[in-house]
Amino acid sequence: MAELTDLTAEEAIAAIGAGEVSSVELTEAHLARAESDTWHSFLEVDRERALAAARRIDAAPERPPLAGVPVGIKDALSTKDLTTTSGSKILEGFRPVYTATCVARLEAAGAVVLGKTNMDEFAMGSSCENSAYGPTRNPWDLDRVPGGSSGGSASSVSARQVPWSLGSDTGGSIRQPAALCGIVGMKPTYGAVSRYGLIAFASSLDQVGPFARTVRDSALLLQHMVGHDPMDSTSIDLPEPIALPSRERLDGLRVGVIEELMGEGVDAGVRATVETALAAMESLGATLHPVHIPHAKYALATYYLIAPAECSANLARFDGIRYGHRTADAHDLLETYERTRSEGFGPEVKRRIMLGTFALASGYYDAYYGQAQRVRTLMVRDFDDIFSEVDVVASPTSPSVAFPLGERTADPYTMYLSDICTIPMSLAGLPAMSIPCGLSDGLPVGLQLAGPALSENRLFEAAHATELALGFDTRPGGTA
Amino acid sequence: MSDTRWEAVIGIEIHAQLLTATKMFCGCRLSFGDDPNTHTCPICLAHPGALPVTNAEAVRLAIIAGHALGCEIPERSVFHRKNYFYPDLPKAYQISQFDEPICGPGRFRYLSDDGEHWVGITRAHLEEDAAKLTHTGGDGRRAGAERSSVDFNRGGTPLLEIVTEPDLRSGAEASAFLKQLRQTLVQLGITDGNMEQGSMRADANISVRPVGQAEFGTKTELKNMNSFTFLERGIGAEIARQIEILEDGGSVVQETLHFDPVTGDIHSLRSKEEAHDYRYFPEPDLVPVVPDRAWVDEIKAGLPELPVDRRDRWRSDLGLTFEDAEVLSESPELAAYFEAVASEASPKSAANWVRGELRAQLREVDQEPWESNVTPSALAAIIGMVEGREVSMPNAKAVLAEVVEHGGDPAEIVETKGLGAISDDSELVALVDRLLAEHADQAQQLRDGKDKLIGFFVGQAMKATQGRADPGRVGELVRERVHSA
Repeated sequence: MAELTDLTAEEAIAAIGAGEVSSVELTEAHLARAESDTWHSFLEVDRERALAAARRIDAAPERPPLAGVPVGIKDALSTKDLTTTSGSKILEGFRPVYTATCVARLEAAGAVVLGKTNMDEFAMGSSCENSAYGPTRNPWDLDRVPGGSSGGSASSVSARQVPWSLGSDTGGSIRQPAALCGIVGMKPTYGAVSRYGLIAFASSLDQVGPFARTVRDSALLLQHMVGHDPMDSTSIDLPEPIALPSRERLDGLRVGVIEELMGEGVDAGVRATVETALAAMESLGATLHPVHIPHAKYALATYYLIAPAECSANLARFDGIRYGHRTADAHDLLETYERTRSEGFGPEVKRRIMLGTFALASGYYDAYYGQAQRVRTLMVRDFDDIFSEVDVVASPTSPSVAFPLGERTADPYTMYLSDICTIPMSLAGLPAMSIPCGLSDGLPVGLQLAGPALSENRLFEAAHATELALGFDTRPGGTA
Repeated sequence: MSDTRWEAVIGIEIHAQLLTATKMFCGCRLSFGDDPNTHTCPICLAHPGALPVTNAEAVRLAIIAGHALGCEIPERSVFHRKNYFYPDLPKAYQISQFDEPICGPGRFRYLSDDGEHWVGITRAHLEEDAAKLTHTGGDGRRAGAERSSVDFNRGGTPLLEIVTEPDLRSGAEASAFLKQLRQTLVQLGITDGNMEQGSMRADANISVRPVGQAEFGTKTELKNMNSFTFLERGIGAEIARQIEILEDGGSVVQETLHFDPVTGDIHSLRSKEEAHDYRYFPEPDLVPVVPDRAWVDEIKAGLPELPVDRRDRWRSDLGLTFEDAEVLSESPELAAYFEAVASEASPKSAANWVRGELRAQLREVDQEPWESNVTPSALAAIIGMVEGREVSMPNAKAVLAEVVEHGGDPAEIVETKGLGAISDDSELVALVDRLLAEHADQAQQLRDGKDKLIGFFVGQAMKATQGRADPGRVGELVRERVHSA
């Protein structure tokens, strides 16, 4: 048998089922890698908790569906008695009293939580460099970023510290790091996964989803998370259960290639790699059709009004009164607020709170937040039109491959451009995923596939067949 | 206002805590007076990642209230976030409603001794209450306090905020309106209406303008008056303050004010410049409320008779006075009790007995009519016997006292205790003649015109008959016989 940490989740479940390995052994093997600080994927690894869960599953008379396979959890998700900081100093040492619904569902299905993964503070960032606890490194090149905000979740799967993990995606925070780390990342339809326990960045955009090294693994993990949760009014039931994809052909599949995301602003190497992948899809029987998102040029501006506006309210609860960091020696209430928040939040979080506060201010609401919501509606219509012609759309996931640490930290706007390919689908609430489709300059390139709302199964089938045809090796060169 | 040159314009905002079992957006139980912070959860403490879920019962109560206020119930309503920092607001935003409230415009009718009045209802919307702050040390206010504590038990309590049009013209009107609004909400089970405990609170928007002027003057907002008296006095004081400013050639400053009921002083809480920018935006964690229309109609059809309609009916059909109607509709239980008595006895007498003798006797034993031994039928029977002259009024009261104490059938009590009125007139004639003879001095004075002495003879007759004589008939006979004797 291969190294335990090279197994996909599906293979590991089969091996446990066949009695070849126990959950404890599998967990131990992954713990050994998770505790390495080479990549700084994890903010906290809880060995005892993980092994206790693995032992329980091994001892159980009936094996749960996920059989005790370890999983990494983005630190934005609340985990009872397991430190949860959302990458922020303001929540340093915070131990939640409850567990997020999606994590609880995975644990109930037999997943073993190994620990919490690093992220940009409050999921604001595209490089993981905004973490208050230091950046995560890309397993393909330790001097480069893993992407963000779910950088730790992506690098942990790429570096074989876990076979799969959970991230959250607001404007691309699952798909972009998946692309930069050469793995599969999936953002479900808005509402498919409960947000109860996901520390909110932008409530109308946030969505939890899986990272894995295969499309089938990502479908399997999602299968155990989806469905309406009475604790989240915006959550919904899917029309059919998530199925594991099995088709190898794409005959009749109409693939729309988003023209606006294939030209200027996208690195030539990325474009060429994506084009090769599209040709592979064609060879599987798919047909390619150029499509347009007429309002794509407004996507970034729209996103950077809506997301900061919502975050300005969502992050107001961190006031030093009930939990988390509280400044020392404040003399009155206002000073308590000001100093607690000045000390607790990093610069990018402060920037967005200020942007959002301004966008909602009396007299500016209509011009900014109101206008952004109207453009968002237009973008939903753009996609409605597109999906009356094609079944899925395709584009690069990120305009570039992984960039060097520190390259974009001084220039927020360039950093924001990292998400131009992923934001339109986020604004429309659509399911979208990134699969690795080749290398450019020795670094992974992601192919983004997206479909109409609730078309998860179709998307998984398209991604699975393409993945098989491409045969991408997810092992990072030189670090495996 | 009695002032002939100035007219006050008043609108009221009422916050009523809804009588739900649990909070507006989480499953915590509502309680009053429990130990602090014993009814809390990640949602009402605003722990990271927690989400609100709308309480369906609160929506139902709001729709009932909306119907009672004559409001439209729009197809959908939306929750908004109202943003501001304060320790009693754990999310640093209150989930409230903004431009799409649960209840749209309506009109509320109330009665006063000078007739019926209508107050326009601008809207009624759902929101959550803040937590309770306690400041210790200093004078009990935040500034200067040594310590401030937060009790989150109250945080997240469902509130219905009702906003009126500026249709009121005096503190007395505002108070009369609020009394009847409160009575309506309480009788429909929407709120317990306890103003002292803060489960119902009122703010008033007040401005003054010269009589005849159409435009409104600059308004001030008077906060949190926790009784009808304070509301009336506070508004009166603020109107007087504004008139004084205007008559001195000054101008009223738009600000939020606090009325101190002890000193009668009004002081400023914040000016317009200091007003918050609440940065309202639609709450993305909640879906719009789209109540099923059939359900909305069903709620409307199931509404009981509103107190104001009941008062109307009592006045027009039963001939009750405004005051009778007001007192007897104080609570739904009392109203039902009265209706039951009035269905078996003359309504006017029923009103007199329920308001008068019955309440007086029950006060002694600290009971309410509907929980006492006196069934409506028993009281109606007593009233019937009095009106049929089968029992005298004093004996009727004695019978009632017996029923209050032991219960039982009034007719039987009259029978067994021999309290029935003397029905044989000749017996009374003989008695009166005997009394006139026995008290010849008084009889002579009566003949000389000292009419007061009729009462003396009636008293003697009642004494002689142990209350069985009809005092009215005895009086008539004394008049007749004193001259013929």
